Amino acid sequence: MQSYTLTHLKQLESEAIYVFREVVSQFERPAMLFSGGKDSIVMLHLARKAFWPGKVPFPLIHVDTGHNFPEAIDYRDWLVEEYDLDLIVGSVQGSIDKGTAVEETGTNPSRNGLQAITLLETLEEYNVDAAFGGGRRDEEKARAKERFFSHRDEFGQWNPKNQRPELWTLYNGRYNDYEHFRIFPISNWTEMDVWQYIAQERIALPSIYFAHKRKVVNRNGILLAESPWNTLLKDEVYEEKLIRYRTLGDMTCTGAVLSDADDLAGIIQEVASSRTTERGNRSDDKRSEAAMEERKLQGYF
Amino acid sequence: MSETVLNNPSIKREDSASAVDQSYMNMDLLRFTTAGSVDDGKSTLIGRLMYDTKSIFEDQLEAIEKSSKTRGDENVNLALLTDGLKAEREQGITIDVAYRYFATPKRKFIIADTPGHIQYTRNMVTGASTANLAIVLVDARNGVIEQTRRHTYIASLLKIKHIIVAVNKMDLVDYSEEQFNKIKKDFLEMSSKIGIEDIRFIPISALKGDNVVDDSERTPWYTGGALLSNLETVEISNDHDLENGRFPIQRVIEAEGFKGFGGRVDGGIIKVGDEVVALPSGAKTTIKTIETMDGKIEEAFPPMSVVVTLNDDLDLSRGELLAKTDAQPESATEFTATLCWMNKNALSVGNKYILRHTSNEVTAEVVSIDDKLDINTMESVNDVEDLKMNEIGKVTIKTSSPVMIDAYTKNRATGSLILIDEESNETVAAGMITA
Ligand SMILES: Nc1nc2c(ncn2[C@@H]2O[C@H](COP(=O)(O)OP(=O)(O)O)[C@@H](O)[C@H]2O)c(=O)[nH]1
Ligand SMILES: [Mg+2]
Repeated sequence: MQSYTLTHLKQLESEAIYVFREVVSQFERPAMLFSGGKDSIVMLHLARKAFWPGKVPFPLIHVDTGHNFPEAIDYRDWLVEEYDLDLIVGSVQGSIDKGTAVEETGTNPSRNGLQAITLLETLEEYNVDAAFGGGRRDEEKARAKERFFSHRDEFGQWNPKNQRPELWTLYNGRYNDYEHFRIFPISNWTEMDVWQYIAQERIALPSIYFAHKRKVVNRNGILLAESPWNTLLKDEVYEEKLIRYRTLGDMTCTGAVLSDADDLAGIIQEVASSRTTERGNRSDDKRSEAAMEERKLQGYF
Repeated sequence: MSETVLNNPSIKREDSASAVDQSYMNMDLLRFTTAGSVDDGKSTLIGRLMYDTKSIFEDQLEAIEKSSKTRGDENVNLALLTDGLKAEREQGITIDVAYRYFATPKRKFIIADTPGHIQYTRNMVTGASTANLAIVLVDARNGVIEQTRRHTYIASLLKIKHIIVAVNKMDLVDYSEEQFNKIKKDFLEMSSKIGIEDIRFIPISALKGDNVVDDSERTPWYTGGALLSNLETVEISNDHDLENGRFPIQRVIEAEGFKGFGGRVDGGIIKVGDEVVALPSGAKTTIKTIETMDGKIEEAFPPMSVVVTLNDDLDLSRGELLAKTDAQPESATEFTATLCWMNKNALSVGNKYILRHTSNEVTAEVVSIDDKLDINTMESVNDVEDLKMNEIGKVTIKTSSPVMIDAYTKNRATGSLILIDEESNETVAAGMITA
């Protein structure tokens, strides 16, 4: 008899598609938070699958800090055009001009913290009642308890002490006035699953995920890219290095990792042997050859 | 090698001759939950599994090394890895289910880590609702205790097919075969009354690592393999209902010149050409195509999400269900179910709720509470007035319009439901349909 089983990637895919269809049916104005990073790119791919051959029935929201990697913006615009998507851009500069957000002072101000303000303003402006996010439970401890349907109270707050139980796949998206939901369709994916899926599906990515030469400065162990928003401190110099990005954020704070992985096979190998979480942004310098060997020996990769 | 897309240097897409090793992309997935009393070693066991499978990153390890030292622990305390829970306890926060992940070359694992306190039955139910397997920990010194019975009962209620009884702390009983066999005998005596398809017993020490990832030399009398190899090989391919064709419609999918129905196969194997009936309307038709973005397919099975098109133009919508004509569910407005109550406001007879079942939502009234399980004696109590938080009981439910039900023992998807409070919108109960 044929065995009716799905691979882990197919199961995760099916689960996410199911979540997308539930949300669009249960809510009135969903939207997807699109950061331009690999998790949101995978999320969008899954959304296309969920509604194919129809159009993705909700807009993407991109919070533009103005400090983006140009490649990330190029990618976003290509994606929107290629798949006929609706894009809403929330501008941090706009919030600063309005006076709802205040630019940091100092030599190298970061707009990382201001993003949340612009995001909430944008969600409110468009009356979004369900915002898809690319969060994964494997990312950090607090996330391990996050639900697929994550309830936010009237102040937009998550209350981990009083979450709704989530049973089977019977998701409850009912809410009272002024409340909304964050939805995490790829909750059960790990970093490795995301990369394997990108390879399996041949998903296009911003090129900066792959190894390339770039001028960077080593600031407290973090390799920061040369950019108009980065002012060199005393004694600092830019050096050209072979690097890639493991996560994407603002140019002002996203650290590069030294890497020669210029294809997905190389990246997957690197993720498998990496001894730090993608969030523990101590660069992969620390990654020992021994670690890689250890895993290979044990047959894990 | 990567190629660029549209000659745009900002974008890369891998060409078809990808060098990625395909074998690791075709793993299967096992979801399991852990159960056992407080201090039986659940956190240590999960920590050990993750540590020994190299699923712990350096920065995480450094963090727990540091806190182990601060706490004055002799060795690295692996329990700290999962114990956001400890902090929770100290802060008096409601203890909750947390999810953890690890993988070996054979399988990817999702652990629903549920805390062991008696009062958190609802968390155990939540964790068990999506699990294929439960690991029930037993302290080798204490043997089968009330909590073991309780958790085994819940696992069977939620229809978890596979149970691994991990007899832990074997190091504290000198790896005694006799003690292990006694626990096994006691457990089987208890579980024979409950009915579970697949039970295995493994003597382990989560602390020392015996029989967790590697076979232990200290238990030469045991030959059933280490815990991990059992987790890697337990047969889960037919844990879904492959008999009864069930396709609840989640959403109508429309595009130019196209109308199909999006949903997840919740039972049976749905093939092109199959005769199906739309319920509750009763209209019959046949499956024309099964579509995915990757192309048309000939058949779909649980838990695949697909789009089906039909040979007749039926006006179907969300909440309806396509069933194969040869095995139809029951269309019911009154039925019984076992409820686990999850809310601080108790259930009383006559209360009305929103009932969610597959993609369907109806108004429901609990017309009687027929019995309640005494979780301590495992006996049912009649003459019940209410169901309080964490209590389990059998009820009769009436609905405003028909729901297409199966017994939970037959199909976990079409046999399960939740109740939602109309005022607060909270999920107040999990239900397993009995008839
Ligand atoms: N000797 C021994 N102690 C263990 C073993 N497993 C766990 N423990 C200890 O038992 C205590 C409770 O363990 P913990 O994992 O927190 O239990 P939990 O409450 O079930 O999560 C801790 O002090 C552990 O070090 C074991 O196999 N042998
Ligand atoms: Mg614990």
